[in-house]
Amino acid sequence: MPDGRILGIGGTERWLILVVLVMIVGLAFSTDTFFTLSNLFALINTSAVNIIFAVGLLVVLIAGGIDISFAVGASVTQYLTTLTVMYGGGGDWAFGFVAAAAFGLMLGAFNAALIYHFRIISIVVTIATFNLFFGGLMFMTGGVSLYDLPDWLADRVVLLHLETASGGAELTLPVAVMAICVAATWLLLRRTTTGRQLYAMGDNPEGARRVGINIGAMHYLAFGWLGMMAGIAGLMQAHYAQEVVPNALYGRELDVLAAVVLGGARLGGGKGTILGAILGILLVAITQNGLNLLGITPYAFKMIIGAIILIAITLSSDGVAKLIGSLRAPKMRGSEA
Amino acid sequence: MTTLPARSARASDFSASIRGDVVGLLGFLGLVVVLLSLTTDRFFSGTTFTSVAFQLPELGLLTLAMLMPIISGGFNLAATFTANIAGLAMAWVLQRYGGADAGAAAFVLGVVAALAAGSAAGWLMGTIIAYTGAHPILVSLSMMIFLRGLGEFLTHGGDISGFPAFVLTIGQGTLLGIPAPLWVLAACALAWHVVMTRSRLGFATRMIGSNIEATRYSGIDTKRSVTLIYTLSGLMCGIAGVVMLARFNSVRVGHGESYLLITVLACFLGRVDPFGGFGRVVPVVIALVILQVIASGLNLLGANQHLATAMWGAFLLAVMVLRWIWATGFLQSFFRNNPKYGENS
Repeated sequence: MPDGRILGIGGTERWLILVVLVMIVGLAFSTDTFFTLSNLFALINTSAVNIIFAVGLLVVLIAGGIDISFAVGASVTQYLTTLTVMYGGGGDWAFGFVAAAAFGLMLGAFNAALIYHFRIISIVVTIATFNLFFGGLMFMTGGVSLYDLPDWLADRVVLLHLETASGGAELTLPVAVMAICVAATWLLLRRTTTGRQLYAMGDNPEGARRVGINIGAMHYLAFGWLGMMAGIAGLMQAHYAQEVVPNALYGRELDVLAAVVLGGARLGGGKGTILGAILGILLVAITQNGLNLLGITPYAFKMIIGAIILIAITLSSDGVAKLIGSLRAPKMRGSEA
Repeated sequence: MTTLPARSARASDFSASIRGDVVGLLGFLGLVVVLLSLTTDRFFSGTTFTSVAFQLPELGLLTLAMLMPIISGGFNLAATFTANIAGLAMAWVLQRYGGADAGAAAFVLGVVAALAAGSAAGWLMGTIIAYTGAHPILVSLSMMIFLRGLGEFLTHGGDISGFPAFVLTIGQGTLLGIPAPLWVLAACALAWHVVMTRSRLGFATRMIGSNIEATRYSGIDTKRSVTLIYTLSGLMCGIAGVVMLARFNSVRVGHGESYLLITVLACFLGRVDPFGGFGRVVPVVIALVILQVIASGLNLLGANQHLATAMWGAFLLAVMVLRWIWATGFLQSFFRNNPKYGENS
């Protein structure tokens, strides 16, 4: 068997690739519209924001934390960025990205400070900041949306446009930004010492501390990175939707978290790959897309996705792996001999 | 001599813990009541306390459902939606057996169905957590997504109503001047207190929260215990679902969603260890009363709902930071110096 680990393809990823392929083939044959370029491009366009969130969240999960405040944090950065840009007399893309990343970083650092300096577990901190951010945003804005965005933000940027038999297919700016975010996170996790230190801390915080890893800095890095990614994802979502709605991202954190965990990241840290996280998001997106095309009532979507995630968590956790492993172990030894 | 707890004797240990957290929390409750009374003269009235008494049970039952998993080192994020699904199960039974004309037998059957639905959801979670080693936060989170989806699928997001009139009488009636739901909460809290202090399961729960591997090696069947903890948690959600149905005379999926934060807050204000292993029912119940008084007070003051949400978040952070300051011993040295002095001399 070829060793896929160089590409980051472990057991979970292999399964996910298989399931995604089976679904694509199944949907391609059972519906006319699924396997068209315009549908596939639309799928990538709509998944881009979630994938940016996912790679950010992956870093926090690898470092052994959890964050459920990032989606509403992204809504807060959307508002702050848009307001800053409008006060600053219009701005442009560069200014927008810097502002969104900076505000996101600040919110992430706020979480990190509470978690690290006061030794509060991350789920409790982020449940609190989730309510603090969301309640504060809704109170300050009075629930009012911003429609009057600057032109550069509201105008759709098309990177690639193809005319196909089934209509125009295009890739938009969020896809390019997604690619950059994925590449940056890959570099951080796979090609820097800091990234390996994040894995080490997630796997064994006390051990990591004793070999001299700066635990505090790692907390700020992980939650700051997620904050930054969330800020950028928020900007992309505002660009995509062409409006800023305070509760537009409410609830998104659970979808992203579930999908990333589906992709093999482990709560408790030290495990998880970028490929797995992306496959997790794609699996959920394709399921939703497929259910839609098959004409299943939208009221059933969440139930089906919830059931898939529940089953996946059950099957992918260590206990079942050990159970299956102990059944398979003798056979494997036999085949090697 | 009674100022210092003697760790070996059970009785003085009990009185020491009474002195410590319970007196502190009661003092805080008094402070909150006084502050709110000073802020608005409408606060210190019978209607306020009636509203507290009627609203407390839902929050309280959900907090009890959250308590055992937290003490065992886990979490039950699915609590509110389990209660909704249990309510739906009861609504289904009531509608099947006559709707608005359903009799007492249908009501009893409905309650049984609600408790069974809640327990089943809890049992499934507990089994997955116990036998696969998956993280409780993840399992309960995906259970929450599934149950919310199931509820939306069944109700299409609408309200289910049309129950017999006596259901509302039970939900909003009083017994000996005390609201019926409050009796339910009192009974459940007492039951939980007994389970946590007097039963093998309560002991196992605390041990599992401290160190699940050590507990397993000491001969306790941790898998069975974890399954039981979440099943009981689901059962408590079922009771909460019944109370919510009876009080509002309707079921809506998503009702009580915002309680999740406050249940966590009540546990941690009630001195439950966020890392698991330690926690008692009595301080948590007092913490609940404090939070409900604050909530009713805010309501009375006409505070913006979103501002209240933000404030609960900030309050949870404040409680956790204060606990950290307390744990570092900065304040303790302040309080403990005098009795220790007396002991040594």
